[in-house]
Amino acid sequence: MSGIMSGAKSTGVKSTGNTPITTTSSRSNSAPWFVVRKALSARRATMLTAASFLLPLLIWSIVSYVPFIWHPKIEVVEPGSVSWFKPGMLVDRSVFSEQQALSREANTAQPEGFRANPVYLPAPHKVATAFFTSFTTEPKRRSEQWLHESLWHSITIIFWGFTLSSLIGVPIGILCGTYTAVAKINEPFIEFFRYLPAPAFGALAVAILGIHDGPKIAIIFIGTFFQQVLIVSNTTRKLDIALLEAALTLGAKKIQLLFRVVVPGILPDLYRDQRILLGWAWTYLIVAELIGTSSGITWFITQQARYKNFDNVFAAIIMIGMIGLLIDFLLGRLAKHLFPWEKSQGGI
Amino acid sequence: MSESIPEAILDKISKTTSQLKPQTESQAVSELPLPSYLEQSDAVAKRFEKLKRREVILEVKGLNKQFDTPQGAVVALKDIHFKTHRREFVCVIGPSGCGKSTLIRTLAGLESPSSGEVLLDGKPVFEPGPDRGMVFQGYTLFPWLTIKRNVMFGIEMQGASRATAESEALQWIDLVGLNDFINAYPHQLSGGMKQRVAIARALANKPRILLMDEPFGALDAQTRSKMQANLLEIWRNIDITILFITHDLDEAIYLADRILVLKAHPGEVNELIEVSVPRPRSAQQSISPEFLATKLRLEELIHPKDDDEDALPLQMVRMSEVGDDVEAVE
Repeated sequence: MSGIMSGAKSTGVKSTGNTPITTTSSRSNSAPWFVVRKALSARRATMLTAASFLLPLLIWSIVSYVPFIWHPKIEVVEPGSVSWFKPGMLVDRSVFSEQQALSREANTAQPEGFRANPVYLPAPHKVATAFFTSFTTEPKRRSEQWLHESLWHSITIIFWGFTLSSLIGVPIGILCGTYTAVAKINEPFIEFFRYLPAPAFGALAVAILGIHDGPKIAIIFIGTFFQQVLIVSNTTRKLDIALLEAALTLGAKKIQLLFRVVVPGILPDLYRDQRILLGWAWTYLIVAELIGTSSGITWFITQQARYKNFDNVFAAIIMIGMIGLLIDFLLGRLAKHLFPWEKSQGGI
Repeated sequence: MSESIPEAILDKISKTTSQLKPQTESQAVSELPLPSYLEQSDAVAKRFEKLKRREVILEVKGLNKQFDTPQGAVVALKDIHFKTHRREFVCVIGPSGCGKSTLIRTLAGLESPSSGEVLLDGKPVFEPGPDRGMVFQGYTLFPWLTIKRNVMFGIEMQGASRATAESEALQWIDLVGLNDFINAYPHQLSGGMKQRVAIARALANKPRILLMDEPFGALDAQTRSKMQANLLEIWRNIDITILFITHDLDEAIYLADRILVLKAHPGEVNELIEVSVPRPRSAQQSISPEFLATKLRLEELIHPKDDDEDALPLQMVRMSEVGDDVEAVE
């Protein structure tokens, strides 16, 4: 409306009136990048996906490999006359130049060194190497686990915590979303409980369940379950009521309504919820594994940090991310086969 | 429907209706030589006599429905009475807010009446059931089921075996001409096809009455007129009584034996019109005198001249160049 009006106005002002109304130009090559809720071309989408990983890597590389960017330390190569310097030692730049100045004044041998980053920021190539060496490095003590054993242990903790939570949480969530009475008896308390931080129950869980896997699974459970009930019940409530009404007019009774309409109706959304919740479960992993006897990937990370093998620490952290992303990717792929009636599945 | 009416006649109708005032009704009719909408040919009258001798399928007695809102009670339906005979096609029409949808939802059992009764075959109904099939405007097909499984749904709910349900469903799908789509999912079908599935799904339960809530309202004009013809074809061949809600006057006249006209605030029966257009119906009848007379009457009932909110004049200012008249010849 306003477009037509303003168009009419402008021709009214310009009394020549022979300006073309439509300008058609080929814009295929310079399609705009930012259009609200519009799909990108496949090439651009792939490019951006790659960039979302390559950009952080690029920043990391720049900070690691360009000597004049950051590098707040000096790695000592030649201690010179400074008695407490040792080759390979990392000292602050200010300390190093102070010592350099002192030895220059004293006319003694000057220390030499080059700029370096702190030990907690290993360069990308070191972390890449650690990806392989951390798997092949034998544990220092016989009681300790290989990395792949630690990882597998973490995965089983997540699996049991999440599975137990889902076995109870999903049915309760569906019932809450379907029957107001069930929602009213459950949701207020759950709403309260979900604000209690799961790690706070660590000591209690150890007291009840011992020091091994029990309390760890319990923490994952507590961290997931309460959110799960609320999210699933909300998803259930979003099911189009017209579908339930249609089923009623077709003669569906209570149980049929639940199992033949509600459950299949919410299935794709429920699946998406579960994917997101599984991600949350992973975020509780580190805390869970610190409880009782430290175990799994967390044990590996804390152990390696103690040895100052930060390249191994980074590798382990990135591994957790990769496992999570891989599982989510596979679940996303699976969804396309599970729900052929869904027009599109979100995510990657 | 309305596309097929010659412009001159349409023009005349709109002129007539716009000039219509209660005291000049006779003058308006004399201007356009239309018969009274009450006038029925012998054949039509005989058909109605026969129709009324059929048993009553649905009876609505003193139906009232009010909703409690924060602003106070709103009366949606007030003292509705009517009867529907077996194999009758009744349309319900009325201005927006007249409670058409509330009425059909109450008949389906999706809403409970504040007072009054709905009798199906003489027995009161309280809740939804397969004896009253319903077709909604929004299709409401189950997106996770194929077309075949959608149609099987109701039959299976009655306790039939998978195999029985499947063979019956296939017959109904055949009837609505969607054989090639039995394994398609609803999102793969056009609006018209979806609504055909919805009709098949409702009929598969062999209901006593088919309740249709503006089923073709979301379809484009061409698909809609095809669907109307299809529906009449189905109705002619199956022992089914239809109660059909619409806001389209042409649709109501084209389809219905009788039209229940409601008025708004509160929703009350305004008039129950026996459509004098003879059967079998065809699109060409939309310019017949009976059709136009009935339409004229419906216009009067639904859009009374004095309370037409849409008739407020526009506050128009010319914003185009002087002499740049889009409608002028020169």
